[in-house]
Amino acid sequence: MQNKKWGWLELLTVLAAIMVAVNFYVGLIYAPDPSNLQTEVTRKAQHIFYYHMGMNVMAGLGMLVNFIGSVLYLLTRRRFWDAVARSAAEIGVLFGIGVLVSGSLWARPTWNTWWTWDPRLTTATITILLYAAYLMLRNAVEDPDRQARFAAVYGTFAFISVPITFMSIRLWRTIHPTVFGGGDPAAKGAFALGPHIRFAMQFSSWTFMLVFLLFLVVRVRVALLEERVMALRQQVDAQLSRGAEVDPMEHAGS
Amino acid sequence: MRFWSAVWAIFWKDVRAEFRTKDILTGMLVFAILAVLVFNFAFDLRVERPQTVIPGVMWVAIIFASMLGLNRSFILEQDRGSLAGILLAPVDRSAIYLGKVLGNLVFMFAVEVILLPIMVVLFNVNVLMPSVLLFVGLGTVGFAVVGTIFSAIAVNTRAREVMLPVLLLPVMVPVVIAAVKGTAGILDGNPLSEQMGALRLLIAFDVIFLGIAFLTFDYVLEE
Repeated sequence: MQNKKWGWLELLTVLAAIMVAVNFYVGLIYAPDPSNLQTEVTRKAQHIFYYHMGMNVMAGLGMLVNFIGSVLYLLTRRRFWDAVARSAAEIGVLFGIGVLVSGSLWARPTWNTWWTWDPRLTTATITILLYAAYLMLRNAVEDPDRQARFAAVYGTFAFISVPITFMSIRLWRTIHPTVFGGGDPAAKGAFALGPHIRFAMQFSSWTFMLVFLLFLVVRVRVALLEERVMALRQQVDAQLSRGAEVDPMEHAGS
Repeated sequence: MRFWSAVWAIFWKDVRAEFRTKDILTGMLVFAILAVLVFNFAFDLRVERPQTVIPGVMWVAIIFASMLGLNRSFILEQDRGSLAGILLAPVDRSAIYLGKVLGNLVFMFAVEVILLPIMVVLFNVNVLMPSVLLFVGLGTVGFAVVGTIFSAIAVNTRAREVMLPVLLLPVMVPVVIAAVKGTAGILDGNPLSEQMGALRLLIAFDVIFLGIAFLTFDYVLEE
């Protein structure tokens, strides 16, 4: 069907692969150890932050795109938007788990524990559970139209609850460092921003955004193809059963 | 006016059906009291300052009991086939939603009216202060508003009863946090004016989600 070997999707894939490779260099080697952290191990562990934040960008984008897809599906009823919402939720959950794991790895040397019941960690986990519930809901509804409607309604509720959840955590105190603005004296593990660190952070954000775009495009295409296969299969099944009623031999011959 | 009479009709139908059997109400109430007792065994609640743990116990009991009631709200309609009848009625879908919310609210409040005095007796902590009741009321409204629409969704999935808590609890986290935090602050002797953050959050949650539920309920019951 398609003769051209190099479309924009292939270019995007190669570009994303190069960016990811360079991003490992930038985050692990180019970026200097932050000088204000006390011990050697916390200075090294800080490099995890570039990927922690990058995956956070991806997870956040996944939730935002899921919301946009959900609302647009309810308004337009086009299957495309349902595929977008579903794909974005899957990416969001996957990289949300990545945020938790990378954060845990960093927290072990910095906070001296893998996990703490800090409100920010807890709410991040709950946000991931929201979208895990979203995917469970999709799994539990067979009819594709109903599945899309329910998922879109739940996606709308889920996204709007995230900022309210983040407001509710302000009722608690947090030890999670705030990188951008804010200066909670109780926060532990915060680091000063030099120009190199700033560059590494920006580069990592752009890299992960590009990876997000690539994943989303590929996943949406797969989702739409899945739907086409399902439709074709139903068509073939219908034709086969109709053919069997009339004359099974004729169909087997053709 | 037609809208409100439809809301009233749905609400009154649910309340009357429930008061004939009292299945859900007694189930919710016994479950809530059991939850409090199980908490007492799971964690020793004879602590020096019970007001620090009681809000949590109270809210978990309320939340889990509400979940039982919310689940039945649409399962009964579906099992008896009466949901189709309601949907055929020439009324706004949001009137059906609002009637169901009010019905669920009445059941939840009925359970709380009995549960809270029992907690006063069991733990010797006065949870019947007006400001605590304000938090209980606003939190319960939040659960009814979101729980009713999610119940309508959950009943149409394969997992049914199992689906509702999975869908509902992560969305309700702000209500849980604000309600527990506000209740604890007041029981600790602080004035209501110091709990305004939690109070505002609860009001904002209730208003925002009531609005979204109104906008989206049509899509849930569309067939």
